[in-house]
Amino acid sequence: MARFGMAIDTKKCVGCMDCVVACKTENNVPEGHNRDWIVTVANGKFPNVNLEIQSQRCNHCDNTPCVACCPTGASHVHEVGAVVLVDHNMCIGCKACLASCPYDARFVHPDGYADKCTFCIHRVEEGKLPACVSVCPTHCMYFGDLDDANSEVSRLIASRKNHPLLPEAGTSPRIFYLI
Amino acid sequence: MQELTTTRHNPQIDPFMQVWGWEIPVYLFLGGLVAGMMIISGYFIFSKRYKNTNCVTYTLPIISLLLLSLGMFSLFLDLEHKLYVWRLYTTFKISSPMSWGAWILILVYPVITANLLMDSPKFLADRFPQLDKIKNFIHERPVLIQNIGVGNMLLGGMLGVYTGVLLSTMGSRPLWNSSMLWVLFLISGLSTAAALVHMIAKDVDERELLAKADNGFLTIEIFVLALLLIGLLTSSSVHIEAAKLLISGAYAPAFWVFVVGMGVVIPLFIQLLAVNHKIKHTPIAPIMVIGGGLILRFIIVAAGQYSHYLNAHFK
Ligand code: SF4
Ligand code: SF4
Repeated sequence: MARFGMAIDTKKCVGCMDCVVACKTENNVPEGHNRDWIVTVANGKFPNVNLEIQSQRCNHCDNTPCVACCPTGASHVHEVGAVVLVDHNMCIGCKACLASCPYDARFVHPDGYADKCTFCIHRVEEGKLPACVSVCPTHCMYFGDLDDANSEVSRLIASRKNHPLLPEAGTSPRIFYLI
Repeated sequence: MQELTTTRHNPQIDPFMQVWGWEIPVYLFLGGLVAGMMIISGYFIFSKRYKNTNCVTYTLPIISLLLLSLGMFSLFLDLEHKLYVWRLYTTFKISSPMSWGAWILILVYPVITANLLMDSPKFLADRFPQLDKIKNFIHERPVLIQNIGVGNMLLGGMLGVYTGVLLSTMGSRPLWNSSMLWVLFLISGLSTAAALVHMIAKDVDERELLAKADNGFLTIEIFVLALLLIGLLTSSSVHIEAAKLLISGAYAPAFWVFVVGMGVVIPLFIQLLAVNHKIKHTPIAPIMVIGGGLILRFIIVAAGQYSHYLNAHFK
């Protein structure tokens, strides 16, 4: 079974927010809510400063506290690519999954269910790339199977210095930032 | 130095998480209170105090049912998709404390009802004469009564533990991520219940016993609070930051004044004087304990949501 993940090149990302807009359009994300967002991390002290720009979203973790705590089974690991999804028709909106995510990647959709990035599974199942990946003007995002050692993401992660977000939270996130 | 800027501003999530407002603390408080009342009532049955017709075990079930229903209504109000609440009962998810809680609550109702049927309240007994027959049926069977007592203590214990486990399994929130949390919520549930039952009990012996028990629970609560904080302070940096929220941070004034002072230390002092017959028993100390228990849930739920892995790095 595939295990989808991403590699995002922070050396290329300029923080243009095209990924954010593409996601909102593709997934009809309601006004005032975001499934993906841009974080800039400024490190160091002048004159030795560097800026890392990260396009962030649900990390589709390997260890999923959000799925474990869900009382209805609405939050689940999809059979395609082990993508973490929410079944809107089963969600009671108890918000346990929101509280359990160390990345605060989820929010409550105005229609009353927990919502978050789906890795655009509806596109991926049609053989396309997630909307954010396909629109990025700098081509800084790579999407693919982490279990396939020959996939572009796996090779980039193996060959370039990288870090996931908050590894100490113990969820084994599957998005890696190339630095 | 590290500076972090984000474009995300999701409601209830940013700048810090506030997905659970007043409903969940009220639910956890009432759940803990009912759990404590079940344990006390069960103990009174088990220790044969029920033979005294004045025993408070005959008053508690109806109050427990009312408070528990209020608590569940509060939880219901918190749900974003209220019409789907029945989904909780179409599955049992072993990894989800919330699922455990939903099913425990379903088991708690019949156990309290069995306690109630031992001597139904007058307004019910007058309307349904069959209740008298049930009462006689139960009272002819001492083993059944013992089992009702044990059942109440057991389910009460499970309910009390669950209110803490619900939060403590969330590794994402360092303040909650302590195995002492369920002990704290269980002991706080017992102390608030002892305080409430103390005010309701008609039998002088029982009142004295409950005041003494409450002093015991409050003393243990001080140690549990200390152990919770020590546990966090000796853990990783994120846990240390989380403990500081209560010790010296944003939630410290409310924590020290209302939870530790008003909720534990002062009533303990008053009740120690009362059980040693230096002063008379008044409702002041029990009311303080109950207020402190409620505020404890509010502070833990709010501060826990605020505590975050990133907060330790970016202050
Ligand atoms: S990032 Fe959060 S919501 Fe996404 S899989 Fe991990 S824990 Fe779950
Ligand atoms: S909000 Fe919905 S998806 Fe999240 S834990 Fe509750 S029922 Fe599951």
